Amino acid sequence: MNQVLTSRSALEMSATHSKDALASHQTVRTPDPDAHPSRLRADGVSVFYGDKQALFDVSIDIPEKSVSALIGPSGCGKSTFLRCINRMNDTIEGCKVTGDITLDGQNLYDGNLDVVELRARIGMVFQKPNPFPKSIFENVAYGPKIHGLARNKTDLEEIVVTSLQKAGLFEEVKDRLHSPGTGLSGGQQQRLCIARAMAVGPEVILMDEPCSALDPIATAIIEELIDELRSNYTIVIVTHSMQQAARVSQKTAFFHLGKLIEEGPTEAIFTNPREKRTQDYITGRIG
Amino acid sequence: MSDLSNQTKAAGEDRHALVRKGLARRHRTEWLFRAAGLTAVILALGFVAILFTTIVSKGLPAFQQAYISANVQFDPELLNLDPAPERQAGQSQADFQAQSFAWQRELAMLNWNALVEASLRDLLPIGFEIDSRQLLSIVETSERHRLREMFVADPSLLGQTVPVEMLASANVDNWLKGTINRELGDAQQQLSAPARQLADEFYENGVIHMGFAWALLTNVDSRSAPASAGLAGAFMGSLYMLLIVIVLAVPIGVASAIYLEEFAPKSRLTDFIEVNINNLAAVPSIVFGLLGAAVFINYFRLPLSAPLAGGLVLTLMTLPTIIIATRAALKGVPQSLRQAALGLGASRSQMVFHHILPVTFPSILTASIIGVAQALGETAPLLLIGMNAFVAQIPTSPMDQATALPVQIFLWNGNENRNFFEARTSAAIMVLLGLMISLNAIAIFLRTYLERKK
Amino acid sequence: MNSLMIAAILLVLLGLAYQVGWSRSRALATSGGGRFHSRFHYHGALVAIWAVAPAALILGLWALFGQTVSASYVQSLLPVELVSAGGNPLATAISRVRALASGYGVAGEVADYEAAAADALARFQLIVTLIVVGSAAACGILALLFARRRITPRLRARNQVERAITLLLVACSAIAILTTVGIVASLVSEAIRFFTFVNPLDFFFGTVWNPVFSSTGGGSGRYGLLPLLWGTTMIAIIAMLVALPIGLMTAIYLNQYAPRGVRAVVKPIVEILAGIPTIVYGFFALTTVGPFLSGFGAMIGLDIRGTSALTAGLVMGIMIIPFISSLSDDILSQVPTSLRDGSYGLGATQSETIRRVLLPAALPGIVGAFLLAVSRAIGETMIVVLAAGNSPVLRANPLEPTSTVTVSIVNQLTGDTDFTGPQSLVAFALGLTLFVITLCLNVVALYIVRRFREQYD
Repeated sequence: MNQVLTSRSALEMSATHSKDALASHQTVRTPDPDAHPSRLRADGVSVFYGDKQALFDVSIDIPEKSVSALIGPSGCGKSTFLRCINRMNDTIEGCKVTGDITLDGQNLYDGNLDVVELRARIGMVFQKPNPFPKSIFENVAYGPKIHGLARNKTDLEEIVVTSLQKAGLFEEVKDRLHSPGTGLSGGQQQRLCIARAMAVGPEVILMDEPCSALDPIATAIIEELIDELRSNYTIVIVTHSMQQAARVSQKTAFFHLGKLIEEGPTEAIFTNPREKRTQDYITGRIG
Repeated sequence: MSDLSNQTKAAGEDRHALVRKGLARRHRTEWLFRAAGLTAVILALGFVAILFTTIVSKGLPAFQQAYISANVQFDPELLNLDPAPERQAGQSQADFQAQSFAWQRELAMLNWNALVEASLRDLLPIGFEIDSRQLLSIVETSERHRLREMFVADPSLLGQTVPVEMLASANVDNWLKGTINRELGDAQQQLSAPARQLADEFYENGVIHMGFAWALLTNVDSRSAPASAGLAGAFMGSLYMLLIVIVLAVPIGVASAIYLEEFAPKSRLTDFIEVNINNLAAVPSIVFGLLGAAVFINYFRLPLSAPLAGGLVLTLMTLPTIIIATRAALKGVPQSLRQAALGLGASRSQMVFHHILPVTFPSILTASIIGVAQALGETAPLLLIGMNAFVAQIPTSPMDQATALPVQIFLWNGNENRNFFEARTSAAIMVLLGLMISLNAIAIFLRTYLERKK
Repeated sequence: MNSLMIAAILLVLLGLAYQVGWSRSRALATSGGGRFHSRFHYHGALVAIWAVAPAALILGLWALFGQTVSASYVQSLLPVELVSAGGNPLATAISRVRALASGYGVAGEVADYEAAAADALARFQLIVTLIVVGSAAACGILALLFARRRITPRLRARNQVERAITLLLVACSAIAILTTVGIVASLVSEAIRFFTFVNPLDFFFGTVWNPVFSSTGGGSGRYGLLPLLWGTTMIAIIAMLVALPIGLMTAIYLNQYAPRGVRAVVKPIVEILAGIPTIVYGFFALTTVGPFLSGFGAMIGLDIRGTSALTAGLVMGIMIIPFISSLSDDILSQVPTSLRDGSYGLGATQSETIRRVLLPAALPGIVGAFLLAVSRAIGETMIVVLAAGNSPVLRANPLEPTSTVTVSIVNQLTGDTDFTGPQSLVAFALGLTLFVITLCLNVVALYIVRRFREQYD
């Protein structure tokens, strides 16, 4: 089905163009010579909820081992796009995705691809910290356990400890690993969720406004953590805070009304936006 | 730096391979789990299907019943009797009653069986020999009472010959429907050999035919005449009880829900009432029966077997259901509506009665009807307050002896004439379920209708 | 004096008083009495409450105690020896006098004293009725006039009417409490009477249930609770073994897997099972499931009786399926989707998410539902009355007939409301046991469910 739709997307693209001539659909792209190579690419992705189209023909390359930020006013489709990358939209009834998203050249929407395997490679951190009602240890051990990553108990303990260390949480919780994860503070819970995602050993981590439910101090800690993580992981972060995007990301993509308006190196986007709407958003005129 | 990154990459690929290895097993588990879920659903649906098909397949035949078309001559020689007494001036009501009873007794002593027998003898095939007892055994015993009542209602029948559709006896009904094994020997058959043969011949030449079993719906219960046993008495009993439940449980339930949800201060007492009501909703129904027996019957001396006592017991039982459902409906009203009303200067009760109740009316109505339908199907508590009495008359007031539809089902189920009553009981269940389903359908219809109107 | 007429009079009084209050306040307002605090119809309602409440109170008291008063009056008219003899003859005499007084008459000779008493009673009734109705009417009208005089622009009629309404609402909520009090009081008092016949130890720890019905009363019969309790437990266990897996898996499938269309069709059909009267299940068990099981048993060489713990338990399990499935469905729906997403985001399959995240999170709620279902199974009556075989013997084999607490309550009390001997009183001791067990289960279950709901609110 995907193949058919992809081949049609070129036709559709021209149709949308003529219909929507004023709001040009062409994404403005500023190339970044220093960018890491991209293993994750999106090409002509559109998303429909029932009859309603939420995302229009988005194409973008996500460079590896760096942070890419998706920004834009609420309802612009940035979260929808993020959830396409590990096919979380599959869990929503009536949601249909067309176009290609590829990881190492393999189409994620290929019928043969196992979504379970995909999500083990592309982890996700959500807007609201959502630790399972289990102990801290069990929260982190959950992924390795279901995927069978640990051969024995020591293996599992090692994975849990490393993940907690990477998430910068270990020192804070090492003497209460077996108390419930829901008992932690909001910022700690979110770091627990990050540790949980890393325990599976993903290559890509998707973060959906990970700091929106946190106070400024917890936010700062998470931001530092994201900065540390980018040496090993490809991170895509959705944020409604432009400052956050400017602080943590190397690449920024601006979404508006379901369309990808402009993308480029973060610095370029923030200092020298080429598209009027991007400029308006960054200066606070639309939001 | 790049060394570390290579290391993680290697570890990542290692993990990746592990994930792959487990995939097949995990998908199998997934499939099994899903299949288990589907099996459970299919089982549950299967139970519904089996339940309904067995009851319908058992009950449907009972809606058809064997009738005998005969011409009955109200023979003046057999019916020599003074006319019915009339009340004389100056006679006390009690004296008149006594006189009437005497006349009735005399009337009953007449040989009505002879009338029935004569009418059947007219129909016998030529040369068919059968004695009186055997001949009468093909007609239900209630039919002679019916002739008597026809005569009382219309004394001018004397000397006339009129066509009457008489109920065939339950044994004939069984025999013709094949609910009794035709191969059994004489000793095990309820009907004698000539009677069986006659029934077959009558059925062939059309004297006996199958018709809709009106008796089931319009008659009262009968012990001596199974074929004429009907649900009318039990239906009226249930109706009286439902009226009592509707008159008492619905207003009281809605009122207490309104109080608890809209007026009561949040205190320990209201908390206690809430726990208490939730608990009452889960108390076994038979405990309400014990309450009824001890309080309504033994203490307040309400008449035994009366729909009044039954209705009160069912009211107490239904109250918590209605309260809980109404409270849920009230909880569903957005707080903003309350604030809007109060903000305009409405008092608390104006807010409730002008704004909240109209909005929740459809849900309250539905909840009430469903609660009432539940009460309609209740059996156990009624057994304890004597509503399993055999009642041969349609109750005319809530103080009369009566029984209820589910109790009638229980009684028929216990009847020794299993061949006949298993089908009748199923038919009674169909009537009960039909009533309950229509009540629920009305509830659903009203809700959708009222909500659309809004 | 018939009650319809009284009701009619009260209604007329009500309407009249309302009208008086309404027009009076309106007249005052139009004649420039100032701005009214409450609207006219509240004044009408207030006057109506004032007028009807005392009249209704008097008539209500008469309805409650009138019979007793007139009975003692008749007794005072009857010969002393008849009254002191008491019993049936006295009751007959009283009803004869009443029949005579009402003009219905009696069959047979009327004794002089009867005729005299009837005359006196008729006069007495007429006078008393006049007094009662008169005083009710007088009170009503006086109160009406009083309330009418109170009408002023500043009278807070609305507040007073609302207070009356609130009082009425409070009275209605009190009925729920009264019901519980009534249940506890009647069960405890009759059970105590039972324990004057039978030692509580013999009842609670006795292993033989054999309540002999005899006129001698007293020592005859053994009232051991244990066989009944065991039968109840066994049937409840079988029922839960059927209902829990099917109900829970149905809920999981409908909640997590089924497309919306399938769910919309299947859920109501399964819930039909919940609305079917238990007597129907009993009949189904007795006529279909029992014979099927014993036939099946014969096929595989097992001796399964038609009416047995297995039959009753199986059918009861079917009855409880929708109870478990709809409660579990609600509870699963209450587990936040963020937990589900979290698990999917880690690459868990749907069943892993359900088994390792959703179910543990929903566990308290499901335990609550389970306990409520157990309480229901224990209190269920008609299925076991018809299908358990009524054999109160202590034995472990579920393929044999058994009996339960509820069955014995029905057996001991049906048709007998003369609670004099232990044979009928034991029903209340059994009822008390049943009530206490289910109460504990319910309270614990409701507490758990409530805590669970608060957790995710």
